[in-house]
Amino acid sequence: MKKYLPLLIAGILALLPLIGLSSYWMHILILVIMWSVIGMAWNLLGGYCGQVSFGHAAFFGVGAYTAGILYNKTGMSAWWGLPASIVVVALFALLIGYICLRLKGPFFALGTLAMGVILRVTAENLTTITEGDLGIMIRERTWIDKTYYFYIILILAVASFFVVKKVIESKLGYYFVAIREDQDAAESLGINTTFYKTVALSLSAVITGLAGAFYTNYMGYIDPKIVFALHDISIVTIMVVMVGGVATFWGPFVGAIIMVFLAELIRSIPKLGAAHHTFFGILLILIIIYLPNGITGDNPKLKRLLRMGKTT
Amino acid sequence: MSMLEVKNVSRFFGGLAALTDISFSVEKGEILGLIGPNGAGKTTLFNVVNGFYGPSEGEVLFNQARISGLKPHQVCIRGIARTFQVVKPLQRMSVLDNVIASAYLRTGSRAVAETKAVETLKFTGLYDDRDIISKGLPLGKRKKLEIARALATGPEMILLDESFAGLNPTELNESIEIIRNIKATGITIMIIEHHMKVIMSISDRIVVLNYGQKIAEGTPEEIRSNPLVIEAYLGEAQNA
Amino acid sequence: MTAPQVEVLLQTILSGLLLGGLYALIGIGMTLIMGVMKIINLAHGELMMVGMYIAYVLFSTFHIDPYLSILVAAPALFLLGVFLQKFLINPVMKVDAIIPENQVILTVGIGMVLANIATIIFSSDYKTTPVDYATKAWYLSDIWKTSPIEISLSLPWTVSFCCALAITGGLWFFLGKTDMGKSIRATAQDKDAALLMGVNVEKMRVVTFGLGSALVGSAGCLFIPIYYLYPDLGGQFTLTAFVITILGGLGSTVGAIVGGLILGVFESLTSTYAGMGWAPVGRFVIFLAALIFVPQGIMSLFTRKRFGK
Repeated sequence: MKKYLPLLIAGILALLPLIGLSSYWMHILILVIMWSVIGMAWNLLGGYCGQVSFGHAAFFGVGAYTAGILYNKTGMSAWWGLPASIVVVALFALLIGYICLRLKGPFFALGTLAMGVILRVTAENLTTITEGDLGIMIRERTWIDKTYYFYIILILAVASFFVVKKVIESKLGYYFVAIREDQDAAESLGINTTFYKTVALSLSAVITGLAGAFYTNYMGYIDPKIVFALHDISIVTIMVVMVGGVATFWGPFVGAIIMVFLAELIRSIPKLGAAHHTFFGILLILIIIYLPNGITGDNPKLKRLLRMGKTT
Repeated sequence: MSMLEVKNVSRFFGGLAALTDISFSVEKGEILGLIGPNGAGKTTLFNVVNGFYGPSEGEVLFNQARISGLKPHQVCIRGIARTFQVVKPLQRMSVLDNVIASAYLRTGSRAVAETKAVETLKFTGLYDDRDIISKGLPLGKRKKLEIARALATGPEMILLDESFAGLNPTELNESIEIIRNIKATGITIMIIEHHMKVIMSISDRIVVLNYGQKIAEGTPEEIRSNPLVIEAYLGEAQNA
Repeated sequence: MTAPQVEVLLQTILSGLLLGGLYALIGIGMTLIMGVMKIINLAHGELMMVGMYIAYVLFSTFHIDPYLSILVAAPALFLLGVFLQKFLINPVMKVDAIIPENQVILTVGIGMVLANIATIIFSSDYKTTPVDYATKAWYLSDIWKTSPIEISLSLPWTVSFCCALAITGGLWFFLGKTDMGKSIRATAQDKDAALLMGVNVEKMRVVTFGLGSALVGSAGCLFIPIYYLYPDLGGQFTLTAFVITILGGLGSTVGAIVGGLILGVFESLTSTYAGMGWAPVGRFVIFLAALIFVPQGIMSLFTRKRFGK
């Protein structure tokens, strides 16, 4: 049964558009699934391999701009950005990995954070290529109906899920976790830590970049402040995983549901909309203090609470 | 034929010499004990052999090939595994998964790695604890887990850094038994140990370090009667 | 090089040094916290932003000079820092989590809340404190009548730089000569040894976080006469502080000063010769170069390698 759960959930999700959801709800669903994809990608690197990235917006943005620039400069469909982003983002990941992976722990986190900012500022200033702050507009939208976009991102999510699952259950997964738990021990057990960290980073980056390329196609407009955003992309990515469950298969999905709905809820309440970062921040602080491994993660506290609930 | 040759190895940290001109060799199939007072440079020597540090001078040969300058994982692939004095289990992994992670070194197949891991756990007497998350393991078993992990990499030679420290007498006897069994399988062993009785009884030969220099080398009997060693180390240890 | 070109270059370098002095103050706060607590405070820039808003409110309601508002902002930020450390960061340091960078993420959360609250109270408009000396400058020829070249430096920049020097000097005295300062340094060097020597490590952590916050808050007051203010400005200064600490070597106070000056000059050079928009890129180019070529920090080039384990 458990084996078929992913397929079952994918099947239910695939049937959702048939019940005639409004355009608004389709949009929410698409966002939830897009954030699950980004969360899964981050989780692979941060949750399993222990390399906490504060700069996943870098990969999201490069993916988004690959699609945008391809459309803007060659007139090709921005959908070609999806396959193209795999190559471009992988190259960026190798470069960023080369520089940042020599840093350990929190310094890696800050190195990646700086990378995200560097790319944002570069995109703002390289106006001949990126159009700078004006951003890039996809003038011919492929579809008005959101259903098509929904199925594309769903396919991307299902594929990412199985790729991550496959990787984690293989030798690679063991090596990632070994690196997370003790880098020196891993190294002396014959694990080429630099190599495997680069693999984790590249894989994570490519999946994030695909989500970025999808974003360009779906939203039809990108600018550096949106796609390279520190808080609204990089930090929200971490929150999706931390809220949902660090180093779990379903955590990113659960986290994406909570985060997207929370964001919509806060936005819908008049006067509170402006304070949505405060709510996110407070949520982040509470999660870190009380549920450090997320809702579906390994939490003795939560388990104890639940058990108490059952006995009383 | 020597399996491991340490040739004129020195290692400096800033101006301080942690090792000075150390030379010795380890023969295939033997147990070589490495002793010396605290701070003598034993663990530094392990770190040089294992590749965490490069030697400042000199070289290390393994099966006639130079290994100094290689990274730890490259040294491990060539057949030298090690344990750590301060145990480093992969905390959030079960005992079995810890050993599977190292068994993956020689295979890409989960089934092969698991078979090897189970075999190693039975060999080291940890099989019954296989599902425990290693964070919760008592010290004695963590020390054994270190050995099991090193063995699972399929080494020709194994470096044991104080695998007996902090064990109770029962655990101590079990561990000595394990080490004898390792030797019986043909794996060469170099071991750092403070427990004199143990090192004297299991070692074929002993190298003594003091202040980063080799002051003696020989059979346990020779070491026991060496005046330099007695002065530097044994007298103090036997009184204690 | 022609005389006007020399003037531009000298002018650029001098303004860079003035900016660098202020950067150093921000960097020292971060490096102190990093040294004692072994955590990175990503809310550092936001704390500076709070200091700036305090100065702004004091100026716009009571017409108190921004330089004087340090006397209010520094103690206020000290208390804020103590509060954050005691009730948020300390509990998290004891939590066992898969991701060990929890505390860093926590400080991100704190920064988000601070910036957002500032937006709610003050809106996201740019604010300034229009002091009457804001555009005043002094000229080299005023002092040296026969100078062959002419250099002018902004008066508030110069005053801010001198204040930063004074505060750094005061800190130097505190860390070097007072018992508490020595205890803080001992905690930074070896927490366990300090504990054995009877240092109240827990208290030193709280004090250090307060002190680091007070320093960056004062830096905010020094920045506001010459800079504009908006709620999201914290992020860029957090990064600046981080770049300085990497440049200077982690946890080194002298390194932070040197790193701050280098960064100031470099940014000043990039904005003069490559354009304003590229100044932040210059900052990160220097950051990456430091990571790749001098991972131990600039100061390691001058000191001999310490004994390592």
